[in-house]
Amino acid sequence: MSISVRRITKRFDDFVALDDVSLEVRPGSLTALLGPSGSGKSTLLRIVAGLETADQGSVFIDDKNVTGRPPQERGVGFVFQHYAAFKHMTVYDNVAFGLKIRKRPKAEIQERVNQLLKLVQLEGLAKRYPAQLSGGQRQRMGLARALAIDPAVLLLDEPFGALDAQVRAELRDWLRRLHDETHTTTVIVTHDQEEAMEVADQIVVMSQGRVEQIGAPRDVYEEPANEFVMTFVGQAHQIGDTFVRPHDLEVTLEPNGSTREVMIDRIVHLGFNVRLDLLDGDGERLSVQTTRDNAELSEFAPGQIVYIRPTRQTTFA
Amino acid sequence: MGKLSLRFAALGYLALILIGPIVMMVWRTTEDLDGAWAAITDPDTISAFKLTLMVTAIAVVVNTVFGIVCALLIVRGRIPGRGFLNAFVDLPLSLSPVVVGLALVTLYSTQGWLGWFQRNGYEVLFATPSIVLATIFVTLPFVVREVVPTLREIGTEQEQAAQTLGASGWQTFWRVTLPAIRWAVIYGVVLTAARGIGEFGAVAVVSGNFAGQTQTATLRVEDAYQFAYGNYAPAYGIAFVLAATAVIILIAMIFLQPKESRY
Repeated sequence: MSISVRRITKRFDDFVALDDVSLEVRPGSLTALLGPSGSGKSTLLRIVAGLETADQGSVFIDDKNVTGRPPQERGVGFVFQHYAAFKHMTVYDNVAFGLKIRKRPKAEIQERVNQLLKLVQLEGLAKRYPAQLSGGQRQRMGLARALAIDPAVLLLDEPFGALDAQVRAELRDWLRRLHDETHTTTVIVTHDQEEAMEVADQIVVMSQGRVEQIGAPRDVYEEPANEFVMTFVGQAHQIGDTFVRPHDLEVTLEPNGSTREVMIDRIVHLGFNVRLDLLDGDGERLSVQTTRDNAELSEFAPGQIVYIRPTRQTTFA
Repeated sequence: MGKLSLRFAALGYLALILIGPIVMMVWRTTEDLDGAWAAITDPDTISAFKLTLMVTAIAVVVNTVFGIVCALLIVRGRIPGRGFLNAFVDLPLSLSPVVVGLALVTLYSTQGWLGWFQRNGYEVLFATPSIVLATIFVTLPFVVREVVPTLREIGTEQEQAAQTLGASGWQTFWRVTLPAIRWAVIYGVVLTAARGIGEFGAVAVVSGNFAGQTQTATLRVEDAYQFAYGNYAPAYGIAFVLAATAVIILIAMIFLQPKESRY
C-alpha cells in the first residue's frame, strides 16, 4: 500500500521538527529515512503512524486520508528502537496481542502466531518472557508482533540502533529478505547511511526538518543534490569549492601538473581497502582509499611524500 | 574491626528501638493469656476490629482507584499544575493526624462549609463516615507514591505499541499499563492497609469513640490502657492482635518482593 505525506509541518515549542515535508512511498517498496539526529526523520515516521500529530499537512495511506485518525485505525505495524516489548507477556502473547484485540478465533491466532514465530526464527522461545531474550531476539519478536496484524505498511524506527554491529548486519540482511518475500510497504528510519544503502530501494535524506534529496541509493551517492547529501551519505573532502570522495583520489609517486603534494601520516588496513591518512602543506587532513594490492605495489610508508589528483569531483552552485 | 562494630551498632539500634518494645509487649501478653483472650473476644473489641477492617477496606479501594488515576495524571497528564498536584499528594504525610481530624470536624460540623449533611440528619461526624474520611485522608499518598516512579520507568512505548496494534485506551490500560505497574499497586495497597489499620490520631478526633459503635481497634487499645486500673491484659491482648497483623503484612511484602525481579 502507498504512503503519501503532503506538506507536513511540526513544531515542538520553538523547535521546528518538520518544515513543509512531502514524500511519496510506492506500494511494496522499502524506503529509508536517513539523517542525523534532530533531522525530523523519527517524528515524520511517528506522524505517519499517528503517534504524533502534525501541526499542518496531511497523511494518506493507501490513498485514504488518515490525518487526525488515531493509530488504532491506521493499520500500521510499528517497530520501536527499544523494542517496546510487553514485559509481563510471553513471546507468544506479545505476538498474539493484536489478534486478541481483534477477537480472532483461538485456533486462527495459534496458527498465525506459530507461523510468524517460525518466520522470525523464535519457534522454540514462545513461552519465554522478553527479559529472557537477547536484544536481537526481542527485536525479531517486535517485528513478528507488528506483522501479526497484516499491516498496510510496516514502519521501523531505528530498529537495529540498540544492537551490536554483527547482530545489526544479520538483521538488516534478514529484513531485506523478509521484504522480498512479503512485499509489505516498509519505511525504516536510520542514521546509518550504510544501513540505508544496503536495505532500501529509495532513500530520503533529511536534515533540520527538511527533505534534502529523494532517490535510489546509487543516485543519492553518485549524484548528491547538495553539499549536505554529499558529506552525509558517504565520506567526502572539500578541496576549495569542489568535493571529492576518498576513493576518487589517485595517488602517484611523482608530481604531474595538477597534482597536490601531501605526506602520508598513517596507513590503515581495512581488509580489501587500505586508507591513507594524509597531511598537505597547510596542515589539512585528507584521506584516500585505495586497494590493498595498489598500496603494496607502491610500497607506501608513513612520512613518505606522495601526490594526489581527483579522478572525479563534484561542485555545487 | 570497624565494619564489625558498625554492624553491631546498627543491629543494637534496631533491637533497642524496634524489636525491644514489641517483644516486651508480647511477653506481657503471655503473662495473662486468659485476660488477653477475654478482651480480644469481647463483643465491643470484635466490633472494633470489624469497624477497622471495613474502614480500611473502603480506604484501600478508594485510594487505589484514586491513586492510579492521580499517578497517571502526574506522569502522563498534560494538565497545568501537575507539579503542584504531585507535591500536594504528600500533604497527609507531613500533616499531623490530629490536625487532619480537627480540620474534618471543622468542615463537617453544623457551622462548617459541608455542615449541610450534619444539619439534615446525615451523621458524618462521630459516626462511621467521618472515620472513613479521616482514614482515606491519611492513607492517600501511598498508592500514588508507589505507582508514580514505576509509571515513569516503564515509559510510554509499550502503550504506543498497543495502540498501533489496535488497542483502545481502555484496553491499553487493562492489558498493558496495569499489568506493568501491578507490583507497585500491590505495594501501595499493602502500605495503605497497614496505615489504615494503625490510624489513631485523626480517627480519635472525629469518631466520638463510642465502644461497640465508632470505636476502632486502635482506639480500643487506648481505651483499655487508659482505664486499665492496674489490669493491662486487655490492652496487651488487643495490641498484640494489631502487632501480629502488621508482622503478617510485613512478611507478605517480603514474599511479594522477589517476584518483581522476574521481569
